[in-house]
Amino acid sequence: MNISRRKALAFGGAALTVTLVPVSFAQAASEEVMKAAVDAFTGGAAIAEGGIELTTPEIAENGNTVPVAISAPGAKRVILLASGNPNPGVADFAFGALAAGNGSTRIRLAGTQDVVAIAEMADGSFAQVAKAVKVTIGGCGG
Amino acid sequence: MISRRDFLQASVAASAIYSAYGVSNLSRAIAQQSMTQDQLLDFNRTGNVTLIHITDIHAQLMPIYFREPEVNLGVGGALGLPPHVTGADFLKMFNMTAGTPEAYALSYQDFGNLARTYGKMGGMDRVATVINSIRADRPDALLLDGGDTWQGSYTAEKTAGQDMVNVMNALKPDAMTSHWEFTLGIDRVNEIVDTLDFPFLGANIFDNEWDEPAYDPYKMTEAGGVKIAIIGQAFPYMPIANPRWMFPGLSFGVREERMRDVVEKVRSEEGAELVVLLSHNGFDVDRKLAANIDGIDVILTGHTHDALPEPVMVNKTMLIASGSNGKFITRLDLDVRDGEVKGFAHKLIPIFSDVIAPDPAMTALINDQRAPFINELTEVLGTTSNDLYRRGNFNGTWDDLLCNALIDVREADIALSPGFRWGPSLIGGQDITREDLFNATAMSYPNAYRSEMTGELIHTILEDVADNLFNPDPYYQQGGDMVRVGGMGYTIDINKPQGSRLTNMTLLKTGEAIDPAKTYVVAGWASVNEGTEGPPIWDVAEEWIKRQGDVQIEPNKSVNVIGA
Repeated sequence: MNISRRKALAFGGAALTVTLVPVSFAQAASEEVMKAAVDAFTGGAAIAEGGIELTTPEIAENGNTVPVAISAPGAKRVILLASGNPNPGVADFAFGALAAGNGSTRIRLAGTQDVVAIAEMADGSFAQVAKAVKVTIGGCGG
Repeated sequence: MISRRDFLQASVAASAIYSAYGVSNLSRAIAQQSMTQDQLLDFNRTGNVTLIHITDIHAQLMPIYFREPEVNLGVGGALGLPPHVTGADFLKMFNMTAGTPEAYALSYQDFGNLARTYGKMGGMDRVATVINSIRADRPDALLLDGGDTWQGSYTAEKTAGQDMVNVMNALKPDAMTSHWEFTLGIDRVNEIVDTLDFPFLGANIFDNEWDEPAYDPYKMTEAGGVKIAIIGQAFPYMPIANPRWMFPGLSFGVREERMRDVVEKVRSEEGAELVVLLSHNGFDVDRKLAANIDGIDVILTGHTHDALPEPVMVNKTMLIASGSNGKFITRLDLDVRDGEVKGFAHKLIPIFSDVIAPDPAMTALINDQRAPFINELTEVLGTTSNDLYRRGNFNGTWDDLLCNALIDVREADIALSPGFRWGPSLIGGQDITREDLFNATAMSYPNAYRSEMTGELIHTILEDVADNLFNPDPYYQQGGDMVRVGGMGYTIDINKPQGSRLTNMTLLKTGEAIDPAKTYVVAGWASVNEGTEGPPIWDVAEEWIKRQGDVQIEPNKSVNVIGA
């Protein structure tokens, strides 16, 4: 992939930066890398669905800075993984005993992919939720 | 030219386009009656609240022709559901007869001939007559404008939307929401909004630095003794589908949670007994929103330019689709008691411009907006042998014209023209004036680029746009049609996932397959990138039309659709 700026100016030319590269060009983390990132957090323990909420835009307005928010009442720690990024780990929230388990940040996404949030609850169990976020060239709406 | 007498012999649109809970029961009964203004305006006043909905006017002050889509495919849960029903299937679904005024207004078949018979539609002075008539019947009727109002014509382009602002102010809407408005640039939008006597609503518009609401999310009002919340929802994909750099501080999105919170707030804190969502989401997005959120009584849909003669019910929410370009107005009467809609009467009123008398004050105001530009507007650039139209998922003859112009004038192998849904139609034999050309092209980022792209990049772009149209989840659809392609053919399987829908990409001039590694010269317009260079598309097209004299567009068979 070698797209010059001049070519990229055309149409939706967002293809010139890595973060807005369409999905087919994205260098996604391999499944092994993603699994390793999950296991590093959970120690290989079972993960339940539910008990954690993840708010993302359906379509990223700017793949370089995608707002995400998590809510996991009672969680000690929550990590965010971008399954399609070369390095999936994008955020790590640690909560004190009195915290509400809410957090928000902005992450960079290298293409359309699932964003995964995993919470470690106070009792040591794990819960996860995943949301698909689309990164698009754009244009033509209308 | 069609005489008034011809109309009197024709069957009716009026009460034919009139419905009660899911049944267009009057259409057959009155199909033999003649069409008069009184019939078009006739309405059985019901309940205590009246909503008047107009949307996606796209700055069309004057009567126009507008051919409804021939191809408007639904995917996923929307397969085969309105508005994804066209032509004969549409007529059958709504008990209409081909060749009647309502068939002309709502479908594409035999469009050119019926256009000659029944004439142009719309015109804001006719719209004013209808609104005045409804207000005479129910003085506290609410007029709600769904947006895409300030863009789409020569005069709107030259006045940065001021012509439309002046005209809409005279109609006194109760609220509006937005989409193309923001392509005037954020400073201009705010300058206009400061002058409006009514709110510019958008519950989903946020400041992207502080993540705070940037415009009023809703307006509380009262009519017929009912407390009413009007919630606004702007086009969710504004920074993606249109140039983000024109409104850099704003973030949009569907924001379902936000909408749920706002609905809850207007019900519990503001005491709303009726909740109306004035939306620019697009029909399928609204259908999903209605299924996922309780508490919205009526969604006045917009953006996707659908015109439906009956409400579509999703659980307890009523979806209304009022067309585009000033071609229709919806009147919706509601009987609201004890915080519930107990009954309603609905009519999609077709604005037949030769039947509905123009409102003289509005005619004068429109003429004032046009007077400074009248010589430019009326200059004849050429004639057309074909009907010229845009709407449809894959191609239209207006875009074939633009693609031909881009290839010839910009000396390109391949042309791309965006799948906008705005742009009125012309019928074969008409002159093409500068006004007509601007009606199909007028916007604030018109530069016609010329650049080199690999076959692989062209494929990636088309796959990206196709997924914005055919993703089975409506929240991933942006509401435009497929980018129109000149000089290249392809096969598309709409049910495949992104990346594998398009095959058989072929360079038409040689018949050779597009080589992913090879470079092609591509010309197009409406890039969302800042600093795009090239002449405005209307200059390119004007030069080409003048070269042609009489425009003739060959039938376009270059797109092969699978899975429809």
